[in-house]
Amino acid sequence: MLEVKNLHAWIEGKEILKGLNLTVKPGEVHAIMGPNGSGKSTFSQILAGRDFYHIPEGEVLYEGRDLLELSPEVRAREGIFMAFQYPVEIAGVTNAYFLKAALNAIRRHRGEPEVDAFDFLEMIQDKMALVQMDDTLLKRSVNEGFSGGEKKRNEIFHMAVLDPKLAILDETDSGLDIDALRIVADGVNSMRDPERSFIVITHYQRLLSYIVPDFVHVLVDGEIVQSGGKELALELEERGYAWLVKHPADENHSEPVPDQV
Amino acid sequence: MGLPDVASSVILGPWLDEYIEFASRLPQNEPAALAQLRNRAIAGFRENGFPSTALEAWRSTDISEIAQTPYRRVPSASVNTSPVDVVPFSYVMCGELVFFDGHYAQSFSSICDLPEDAVLGNLRDAIRTDPDKVQTHLGGYVPFEENAFAALNTAFIKDGAFLHIPRDTVMKEPIHLLYLTTGHENPTASYPRNLIVVGENSQVTIIESYAGPEHGSYLTCPVTEIVAGEGAEIEHYKIQHESAEAAHMASQHIYLSRKSHVVSQSMSFGGGYTRNDIGATLNGEGADCTLNGLYLPSGTQFVDHHISVEHTRPGCRSFQLFKGILEDSARAVFNGLIHVHPDAQQTSADQSNRNLLLSRDALVHSQPQLLIFADDVKCTHGSTVGELDQEALFYLRSRGIGEEEARSLLIYAFASEFIERIEFSPVKKDLEKFLINRLPHGEIIRQAM
Ligand SMILES: Nc1ncnc2c1ncn2[C@@H]1O[C@H](COP(=O)(O)OP(=O)(O)OP(=O)(O)O)[C@@H](O)[C@H]1O
Ligand SMILES: [Mg+2]
Repeated sequence: MLEVKNLHAWIEGKEILKGLNLTVKPGEVHAIMGPNGSGKSTFSQILAGRDFYHIPEGEVLYEGRDLLELSPEVRAREGIFMAFQYPVEIAGVTNAYFLKAALNAIRRHRGEPEVDAFDFLEMIQDKMALVQMDDTLLKRSVNEGFSGGEKKRNEIFHMAVLDPKLAILDETDSGLDIDALRIVADGVNSMRDPERSFIVITHYQRLLSYIVPDFVHVLVDGEIVQSGGKELALELEERGYAWLVKHPADENHSEPVPDQV
Repeated sequence: MGLPDVASSVILGPWLDEYIEFASRLPQNEPAALAQLRNRAIAGFRENGFPSTALEAWRSTDISEIAQTPYRRVPSASVNTSPVDVVPFSYVMCGELVFFDGHYAQSFSSICDLPEDAVLGNLRDAIRTDPDKVQTHLGGYVPFEENAFAALNTAFIKDGAFLHIPRDTVMKEPIHLLYLTTGHENPTASYPRNLIVVGENSQVTIIESYAGPEHGSYLTCPVTEIVAGEGAEIEHYKIQHESAEAAHMASQHIYLSRKSHVVSQSMSFGGGYTRNDIGATLNGEGADCTLNGLYLPSGTQFVDHHISVEHTRPGCRSFQLFKGILEDSARAVFNGLIHVHPDAQQTSADQSNRNLLLSRDALVHSQPQLLIFADDVKCTHGSTVGELDQEALFYLRSRGIGEEEARSLLIYAFASEFIERIEFSPVKKDLEKFLINRLPHGEIIRQAM
């Protein structure tokens, strides 16, 4: 489904991604963890089509096609969805109508008939129930004045309606209370299927006990320095990232040296 | 003041000649007060000439090209087009006065059954038939000493709308005033003069529309005076769709009495060169005045708004929201003054001017000003100039909305703060339709709003 090879990305003269490799197969859930500023959001923004990064090297294949060639809207229509770490407030654009327009753009692209307002309201009922979205959030401007948790829930609601093949969730759990975390995780779990893949970016192992990943990767300073199964998240929770960070002094060691606790 | 002497006499010559010709055809029995008003206006114009950019109010507004263009009045209306073909807006209403090239076109106008004692018709006729009702107000509100265009309009007073509503009268249907320029080989001028007087506790909705052919150089130089009696409620719209080469140099003043409530919303879409001088005097306790505006110049269009709100009595409220969307190398000027006089305690006054620049070549000068001489007041003002929010654009696109559609959606969303404030739904619907047609892939707006 997704193959990222040796991806390098620069912004403002600074290299953020330094040769990132990742392969995601259909139906898999990959978690990406890593310290602040290590490049997790940069990576998800690049996948969604943000164009202000300079990418001198590397390749991203999505269903065998060069993803970096495609505009953000074509990626979305081809099934990529990114839940923003910081969802954008858009005054004057109604949440529900915007989502309907987005859904219809995607449906047109897929050769499916467009839905009218009536069909739309009907088909979003169960998606709203899924994330326990309040009706009033539909009628308000996109994210405008939403609480932190409401914004994250709205992202998952968008995802549920747009029905992507590859969903990238950038810290969707941060800012959620315990109940909301559970609701969001249940929403994601109910969407898991053999054809749909997820990349879940998080700082907390807690989310991963609800959304159990197939793989956990650790991104440090623009590179994936460690990959493993779901146990890796637990280990990180306990030990932090320090033991994984490659210090110049460590370069001689073939294996990272665990800290003495 | 004015342009340099030698040049100015050369420039003013043709305008003064035209006035002399015009005056020679005026009826002998014109009311003395009107004759005096004309004389004062033309004398002032002759003395001050056109304003130069040395004058504060015209600092960013260079009108020398207009001053040097030989705009001439059309001697009489000769019309064979129906307004319906020309006007983008059309409403069902109580009364519609149509003017072609500044001349009242009776056969195209329609006036419904009016409430007793109400008058609606051509100002020229009203000067004869209702001299008292006219004289009390005509020329009393729009100052022309510092505005050559208002002075010219006053000198050339003839046709225009006159509406006089007695007390305790509710006009259920709106009144439409339509000013069309029909297109001539040589540059033409028209000077519509409108006087609207609304009695105590009366209500009315008025729409002024200005339009012209797609191309054609002409000058529309209207003056509108609106007088709201105690407790009167007035909803006023001005919709400007002049041709791309036209100059639209307009003045408007609203005089508000105690507890009157006036909402005046202006939309400037056409015109190569547009100037709107909008004034309001809140001259009775509890008066409430809203002045909103939307302008969207593109190409080389220039739009200038000069707003001046005078709070002379206590406990009044004024509100202003002017929004501009500029494309290409369009330019806009906004100059808004709120003047709170010493007596005007408990004034609440808000003013904001927000501009969206869609091109690097577009330019805005925005200057809100407060002059406050009372101590118990609540005033806010602010102006912003910004570009389309790239974060928002990316967010919309990342959900599948095309780039142009996303841009149009955000532009429309920017305007929607203005649109949402329009109470009269036919105007609102027409504005929505206009924007949907005007913006690339505008259908998205119908889908997403
Ligand atoms: N538009 C930008 N301009 C300048 N620097 C940027 C920009 N975007 C990202 N960066 C820098 O790139 C680095 C990686 O940022 P990124 O947002 O990808 O980190 P992250 O791993 O998502 O961090 P966090 O866990 O805090 O969300 C940071 O040092 C950040 O300051
Ligand atoms: Mg991040």
